[in-house]
Amino acid sequence: MEVHKNNILILFAHPALQKSRVNRKLIRYVVDIEGVTVHDLYEAYPDFHIRVAHEQALLLKNDIIVFHYPVFWFSTPAILKEWMDLVLQHGWAYGREGTALKEKKLMSVISTGGREALYRKDGYHRNTISEFLNPIRQTAAVCGMEYLPPFVVHGTHTISEPEIARHGEDYREVLIALRDGLVDFETVRTLPRLNSDIKSIITK
Amino acid sequence: MHGEGFFFQAFVYLTAAVISVPIAKRFGLGSVLGYLIAGFVIGPFGLRLIGEEGQDVMHFAEFGVVMMLFLIGLELQPSLLWRLRSPILGMGGLQVCVTAALITSLGITAGFSFHVSLAVGMILSLSSTAIVLQTLNEKGLMKTDAGQSSFSVLLFQDIAVIPMLALMPLLALKTAGTVEGQVSHGSTGWVQGLPGWAQALVVAGVIASIIVGGLFLVRPFFRTVAKTRLRELFTAAALLLVIGIALLMSKVGLSPALGTFLAGVVLANSEYRHELEGDIEPFKGLLLGLFFIAVGASIDFGMIASNPGLIGMLLGGLILIKLAVLIVLGRLFKMGIDQNILFAFSLAQGGEFAFVLFSFAVQSHVISDTIANPLIGAVALSMALTPLLLIINEKVVQPRFGTKEKEGKEADSIDEHNPVIIAGFGNFGSIVGRLMRANGVGITVLELDSDRVDLLRKLGLKVFYGDASRHDLLLAAGAEKAKVLIFALNNNEKILEIVHLAKRHFPHLTLFARASGRTETYELLDAGVHHVYRETLDTSLRAGIDALRTLGFRSYQAHRATRTFRHHDEESIEVLRHLRHDKKTYLSHARQRIEDLEQLLLSELKDPEEHVDAGWDTTSMREEFREMDQEKE
Repeated sequence: MEVHKNNILILFAHPALQKSRVNRKLIRYVVDIEGVTVHDLYEAYPDFHIRVAHEQALLLKNDIIVFHYPVFWFSTPAILKEWMDLVLQHGWAYGREGTALKEKKLMSVISTGGREALYRKDGYHRNTISEFLNPIRQTAAVCGMEYLPPFVVHGTHTISEPEIARHGEDYREVLIALRDGLVDFETVRTLPRLNSDIKSIITK
Repeated sequence: MHGEGFFFQAFVYLTAAVISVPIAKRFGLGSVLGYLIAGFVIGPFGLRLIGEEGQDVMHFAEFGVVMMLFLIGLELQPSLLWRLRSPILGMGGLQVCVTAALITSLGITAGFSFHVSLAVGMILSLSSTAIVLQTLNEKGLMKTDAGQSSFSVLLFQDIAVIPMLALMPLLALKTAGTVEGQVSHGSTGWVQGLPGWAQALVVAGVIASIIVGGLFLVRPFFRTVAKTRLRELFTAAALLLVIGIALLMSKVGLSPALGTFLAGVVLANSEYRHELEGDIEPFKGLLLGLFFIAVGASIDFGMIASNPGLIGMLLGGLILIKLAVLIVLGRLFKMGIDQNILFAFSLAQGGEFAFVLFSFAVQSHVISDTIANPLIGAVALSMALTPLLLIINEKVVQPRFGTKEKEGKEADSIDEHNPVIIAGFGNFGSIVGRLMRANGVGITVLELDSDRVDLLRKLGLKVFYGDASRHDLLLAAGAEKAKVLIFALNNNEKILEIVHLAKRHFPHLTLFARASGRTETYELLDAGVHHVYRETLDTSLRAGIDALRTLGFRSYQAHRATRTFRHHDEESIEVLRHLRHDKKTYLSHARQRIEDLEQLLLSELKDPEEHVDAGWDTTSMREEFREMDQEKE
């Protein structure tokens, strides 16, 4: 097997994928990328009985961790929260001796039903999507991980098929670039969203 | 010298059985036919390895029938027996009376005296308990309507032997009532010479003592024996019980089989039931096998060859009359057509009691040797033909006249191609099937009980009658297009048989099976079943959760602890399954079970504190904070 610059683990959480319009398609764009492991949490743990040791081993094998989920009530689906509760153990992921995840990168790939305009200070939801992601950002910080801005697909209630396809292509392109170490992190850190303009962050 | 002779005989019998039964099974003929063929091969008309003593062996081996009825009794709780009273008395009574009457009138028409005809009619009305029950059991048909009905009729016949024996001397024209030498196993009875009312009293007393003894004495007796913790002593006690009752019954002129059956029923609810079953079972199996071999060897082919026309006529007549009576009877008792045919084909033979009764009748001067001998030949042949008749029924009659044919006519409905095939539609199969249908998934069901088949069809299900181990039936059920095959059968051997078939012809199917225990689970996994479900796992874990909650555990804690246990247990199945193959020495089934359990318990002790849900445990964090505070100070 080829050795990649970064191995990527996608923790995918969608409780009703059969009803999904956007995420079901998005995940198809990345599922076959070499060096990328898609871990479908609801499929693996329908009873929420997460195998902690197994998950921790998976994390150790990868360099970039992706939380891919639809935003429910401004937060993650329940299983992803459960995963964080149980897998990110004290003394392993954080705390004085918890250094297992140090220097790894953490990012979210999320979708929201509402349009981007709702997620502004003066918008209906009164917070930006970055702000809603603060708990995850701080989780990364406590674990010594580098937090990357999210890959966001807004407005899934009204999104068109060509738009989904475009996001899918972007998702694939970004992941391949991340895998091969072709992402300009200096630029990335200044962006609110990873996918505002993906051409600008990928170095050739 | 004498010992050597015995060993030689044992060697011959065992070799014959060990060689011919697997061959017969390989060709789908069943073990009974295998034994019969073995008997024929080593008998006076085959290799002549055994001669006249075959008769003695047969008398000895008849004890296998006695043991079989004891075991059947153990399976049959009194309440169940009570529910069967109408088929036993109604169906069994009618079968014996009508068949006897028909044969009697046939005999009279043929010019024999009424007495002779009646004796022959009675004797020929009986069927073979040993052959029928063994064959039906092996085919897994005992629980079907036909199986239950056959059992009821056979039970009645076993009871009917007693009055027949009593009647026989009365039919003797010359020397009524002065016959010497009692029937069963030549023992002299206690009741001979007593007046009729006293005889009846003794008999009633003996039966009552068996029931009372079974209820109040046997259990403390076995408890005492069990306390010695000597396994062989328990076996000895079990054998003693069966032999003792058999002896007692023959002393008062009753059928030993009936007595032990009664004892079995009385003990069906006792805690020693399974022990007794386990102990008696191998003896029963061996003796029955011996009995079938003896029947095979006893068929007098010399006599048959010298008179083929007569014997052929008797044989054909016997089978046809029985078939006709049984078919009408099945109709009368509203049996479905497949079950009726199966029922008729099962019971259309003479029985082992015919040998006893014929020799008794000859002794009693009711009939002469010249009449009895050809009839004995015909009875023996008809017994040997029974497994063959059942195979013919399975392969030729059922496909043509059975329920499956109806399906063939509605060929267009086969086009649906349901993705799920369920073999067996009992409690387990029906729940799985309902869940599939509730989610819009079409199912095709294979079921052996044709009455259930009819019912399910009326409910609009796609159901095929028949044995799922047949390639053509799986094919007809759409196994080529289906994705999933679910085994909802109780019989692990049957499942394994179908698994091999499916693996060979339909390798694309994902196989699901229920297993009763760990050993069965290993067998199924080894055979290549993809998903195996132990039938008691979920219920026992649920009971465990509730027990933990009752003790004060939080509901969610109990639930998660049980989940963890379950995952652990399921992983151990995989581990132990492979460990099991590393052992070079062959371990017996029971020994294996104990070893498995031992390993399981050990593996649980090794990692007792697998930290479950540690993410919600703040102990280590509190410690760290405390240490940090101390450092500050």
